[in-house]
Amino acid sequence: MGSFAHLAAGLGAGMAVIGAGLGIGKLAAAAMDGSARQPQIMGDLRLTMIIAAALIEGVTLFAEVVCILLALKTA
Amino acid sequence: MKRLMLAVLFVLLSGVSAQAAEEAGGINPVEHVVDGQEWELPGFTVHLPTLHLGGFALPITKHVVMEWIACLLIIAVVLVARSGKGLVPSGLYNALESIVVFVRDELAVKNIGEHHGPAYVPYLLTVFCFILAANFLGMIPFMATATSNINVTFTLASMTLLLMVGTGIKAHGVVGYWTSLVPHGVPLWLWPVMFVVELLGLIAKPFALMLRLFANMLAGHMVILSLLGLIFTFTAVFGPVGGYGVLPVSLGFSLFVSLLEVLVALIQAYIFTFLTSLFIGMAVHSH
Repeated sequence: MGSFAHLAAGLGAGMAVIGAGLGIGKLAAAAMDGSARQPQIMGDLRLTMIIAAALIEGVTLFAEVVCILLALKTA
Repeated sequence: MKRLMLAVLFVLLSGVSAQAAEEAGGINPVEHVVDGQEWELPGFTVHLPTLHLGGFALPITKHVVMEWIACLLIIAVVLVARSGKGLVPSGLYNALESIVVFVRDELAVKNIGEHHGPAYVPYLLTVFCFILAANFLGMIPFMATATSNINVTFTLASMTLLLMVGTGIKAHGVVGYWTSLVPHGVPLWLWPVMFVVELLGLIAKPFALMLRLFANMLAGHMVILSLLGLIFTFTAVFGPVGGYGVLPVSLGFSLFVSLLEVLVALIQAYIFTFLTSLFIGMAVHSH
């Protein structure tokens, strides 16, 4: 009955990816809609989309760092 | 996409820890991204020294050398570009000027304001160029990514924190800054709790900056190394046939992730600088 660290790391990484995928997917859909409605502001929308996507990805990577720490536990 | 592959890799290697992978004949992806004093170049190994200054032992590690190379690279590029200077700039000087104007107009002036903005352009430019150079240096073979070391990103984030607090104190006065942390209209009995909460919020912003840059850089390189390490693991488990079989898949994915890494390097440098300018702007305009 060893430690479940590796199982936890795998499950955690997978669940973090679900959150990131949903969040960035909604963001990209909104950016697409806005660009389709008003093509002249496409540049501004693209910049804002990249900033927001990096912030969402940052939060996801906090969870990934925890998973890496779990997966590399040797004790 | 990168996180999906990271998750898949964790599942694949979940039964095989990094240690066991190495015992099974694979490579340990962790030991290739962590810092050390042995720098392996093609053909020879550089043993980096440890400085002893005033009772402190300062080991010169791979990432320290990478930071120095990044700084020297920036200085070299600027020195080479100087020949294009003139009333109408040309060549490399023109390209550098577009970066400087971008940082000044889109980041400093937009977030901090027209009056105080240009004073912070040197720091924002330094942070942007340093993180960009350090990230791109990591893509070159036999080099390491300095920003994938949490101590490096901690230093960058703590400089941002110092700038945030210093700018706020300069704009509102010492007492005025700390009292302006708590929003107006909070009853007196709630004030201590709110102060602690706001203080934690103040620290959380550079902490997020540190973790975001560190995790992005570390994750990219670990994914590439794990994908390449799959070749060795398959060779150890299935023999040479397995190794050759997984080679095109592994190389293809590694190439794709490397291209993604280049994009992420650029975006993360921009995000760090953008958020720094945003936080400074928030400290200046907190009323």
